Amino acid sequence: MAARRAIVATPAAWLVWGVVVAFFVFLAGVIGSVVVSSFGTRWFDTWLPLGWTPDWYAQAWDEFTLLPVLIVTLEVSALVVGISVLIGVPAAYVLARRSFPGRRLLYLLFLLPILMPPITYGIPLATVLYKYGFAGNLSGVVLANLVPSVPFVILTMTPFIEQIDPAVERAARMCGAGTRQVFVRILAPLLVPGILAASILVLVRTVGMFELTFLTAGPDSQTLVVALYYSMSAAGIRAQQSIDAMAVIYTSMMLVLLVLALRFVNPTQLVARVRDDGD
Amino acid sequence: MSAIVGARPALRHRLAERGVDRQLLLLLPAALFVVTLFIYPFLYGVGLSFQPTKGGTLGAYREFFTDAYLRDTILTTLRLSLPAALLNVLASVPIAYRMRGRFRGKRLLTTLLVVPITLGTVLTAQGLLNFLGPTGWFNRSLLSAGLVDAPVRLTNNYWGVFFSLVITGFPFAFLLVLSYLSGIDPSLERAAATLGAGRWQRFRRITLPLLAPGLATTFCLTFVLAFSVFPSAVLVGDPAGTTRVMSIAAYDAAYVRYDYPLASAVAVLMGLVELLVIAAVLGWRALLYTGSTAGGKG
Repeated sequence: MAARRAIVATPAAWLVWGVVVAFFVFLAGVIGSVVVSSFGTRWFDTWLPLGWTPDWYAQAWDEFTLLPVLIVTLEVSALVVGISVLIGVPAAYVLARRSFPGRRLLYLLFLLPILMPPITYGIPLATVLYKYGFAGNLSGVVLANLVPSVPFVILTMTPFIEQIDPAVERAARMCGAGTRQVFVRILAPLLVPGILAASILVLVRTVGMFELTFLTAGPDSQTLVVALYYSMSAAGIRAQQSIDAMAVIYTSMMLVLLVLALRFVNPTQLVARVRDDGD
Repeated sequence: MSAIVGARPALRHRLAERGVDRQLLLLLPAALFVVTLFIYPFLYGVGLSFQPTKGGTLGAYREFFTDAYLRDTILTTLRLSLPAALLNVLASVPIAYRMRGRFRGKRLLTTLLVVPITLGTVLTAQGLLNFLGPTGWFNRSLLSAGLVDAPVRLTNNYWGVFFSLVITGFPFAFLLVLSYLSGIDPSLERAAATLGAGRWQRFRRITLPLLAPGLATTFCLTFVLAFSVFPSAVLVGDPAGTTRVMSIAAYDAAYVRYDYPLASAVAVLMGLVELLVIAAVLGWRALLYTGSTAGGKG
């Protein structure tokens, strides 16, 4: 045992750590070059820009009318989070607690919108929404973003509800509480951490969701990612640095959300639920 | 009336016995929602794909398969997404295997790995253009180290998109594999070690078979992410040539040529190809061991 715990690592260990370090260096380069560029005056064929300036941020703010875009982003994400929790949590409760004919089919139905690439259902969805006059404004963007969010809430909340002892609910029922009362007085307080985690995950997904917003947004209902995409694909018209500044604003917003999320959620939980014993 | 009730319990009771009662109404909003906003538009799209302006019922599909510019998008998409998903999963295994124990800074490391997931494809694209571009830091380092004579072209082609898929996909795959690996009871491996199994044998005979179903799931999820690549294929790729993926073709048909039947046909085919790959992987997974990964006598 002592030999295996030695300080000198095996070549395989060196290789593994090397790959990890290389990945992070790469990542730092990718993020760093955007940040540096957004503060630089002119940067063509040198290691660092010739001078430093914060002007690009002011320019990005004015040129891209960033404030309305930010407000739209917040409105869309708040609505999507609220509605998907309201619709998703009761459904997750039934799926977690009850067995009934067609349960597996229903589960598959909720799994599909997450599994399919957004473009495949986004294009017909946008067509349908345009037909009924929903697309091109805020309601269309919210409706489209709800499609993967509601199933996402259901799938993350179901295991969470399963782990709550059903005896608590039975006790409440014994004492004469109806379904509504059980929900409001017993389950809701117990579910708060799970709902919080699910809403933050939905929030991060909605702010980052490109395809669906892109397909349904009109000129005054673009979220930040879509506005960023438009300014990037129209490169040449706008200064590279002001796009970088906008990207930095987007990243910082995501990072704030991320820090918030990590206060409530374990990183591995972002992609799967894991028993992290004793941690 | 009372005679009938006496002979057979009321419908409500018989349904309740099978688990159907008023509580199931809680499912209604969600089910209604998925049906109106997912199933209905999807079927509408499928219907639309069979009503092209010319060429009869299957005209849009015939157009897709006869036009090489459209047909080749299937291969292009698979050529990007399959290697990227495979690399992400295969690279995660040894790294996660080494890090499954507890060590200082593990929480920090996993937190750092979440960052690229939240960056999103658009920012990753912008960063890659700056970092890997001809005058970016990466080429600059290679040049000054004397490894290459001229800048390596890594953006606006296949590699740019591939790197963006690795940057966003690898952390995702790694965190999943890590969570699967931590679910495997370490005492199983210790038992094997007691019986004289070497490091490689323990991995090959104990851990890998238990991990394989998880790897299949991870592969499917990373593949789905890579398969639907759209923004980075446009921004860091070569959207008219080597990285013209199916989603670009679908978008092109719908919003540049306004040919909705064709766009729907491409979308349907895209879903079909993806489901085929997933079905193949999950079918292979069904042959593997499924069940508890905890040791005996739990």
